[in-house]
Amino acid sequence: MHELSIALSMIEMASEEAARHGAGRVNALHLKLGQLSGVVKEALTFSFEIACDGTPLEGAQLVIEDVPVVIHCVHCETLEVIESIQDLRCPRCGELAPEIIQGRELELVSLELAELEEVTI
Amino acid sequence: MRSSARIVEVRQNVLKQNDLLARELRQRFDDAGVAVISMVSTPGAGKTALLEQTLTRMRNEGLKVAALVGDLATENDAKRLARSNAPVKQIVTGTVCHLDAQMVQRALDEWALADLDVLFIENVGNLVCPSSYDLGEQLRLVLMSVTEGEDKPLKYPTIFNTADVAVITKMDLAEAVDFDLEAARQNIQAVRPGMQILELSVKSGAGVDGYLDFLNPRVRRDALV
Repeated sequence: MHELSIALSMIEMASEEAARHGAGRVNALHLKLGQLSGVVKEALTFSFEIACDGTPLEGAQLVIEDVPVVIHCVHCETLEVIESIQDLRCPRCGELAPEIIQGRELELVSLELAELEEVTI
Repeated sequence: MRSSARIVEVRQNVLKQNDLLARELRQRFDDAGVAVISMVSTPGAGKTALLEQTLTRMRNEGLKVAALVGDLATENDAKRLARSNAPVKQIVTGTVCHLDAQMVQRALDEWALADLDVLFIENVGNLVCPSSYDLGEQLRLVLMSVTEGEDKPLKYPTIFNTADVAVITKMDLAEAVDFDLEAARQNIQAVRPGMQILELSVKSGAGVDGYLDFLNPRVRRDALV
């Protein structure tokens, strides 16, 4: 299970970004996760919650967008979404399609930062 | 205190650090003229046996070969591989289930890459975690042994998809375990269309020449230019 290492990288990246923007806390992280990323969503969510403890991300929500695999079919000259990563065939013509356009993503897209502002009364 | 929220864009690969380091390593390997080949498989698929054979044969052919070998614990593999007389270094990962680019970089510290023709990197036996980490290798071999069953590619499509070549090992046992070679080939093609497949048995020697013939043009300095 390497999801814990990945969660730690994500937390480090997000903490740096939050500090750069002068934010005290992170409310949410938005992640794109490709079907061919090699990362299991449930394991990542679980690892993330544990690894956030004691960091500026404690309590932050991890919002994961699943990214399907898209192939380029040279026969149909189209881009097609693949249902199963166990069968990389063009759903239109049934030919095997080696060219993967999308689906390997493991990308931190954005952060929702909480800013604490001193209010003088 | 009053809190407000704002959204900032990041748009970065979570494994950016690893990918950047892998890119640097790949450049270093290219500059040094060394071919770097990594091997991934389940534990026990025969990575070390094939590597020992490969190192011995390539050394006999006058190539300067070396190997890094990753394991959770023990230095047994490095000891086994040392019988080939090639320089071998063990990377003991402790609890980490894969090699990453930084481990490779650290292990290479004392080695003069320019003195090598070929460097093999044997990953930790695991078909899941190594798929996320680029090690800077030029060629990634995924091994599966006939005893694991022909559906292994369907169970671990991602690692097959990140590899360049599939090597089916222990072919001498194929009949004993009713291995369906045609089904295995089809399964590999389904998860990695167009993938080159090599079949061999280190024990009987069948297919080993073909495998070395396949690697040869990829590891000769003149062929790299």
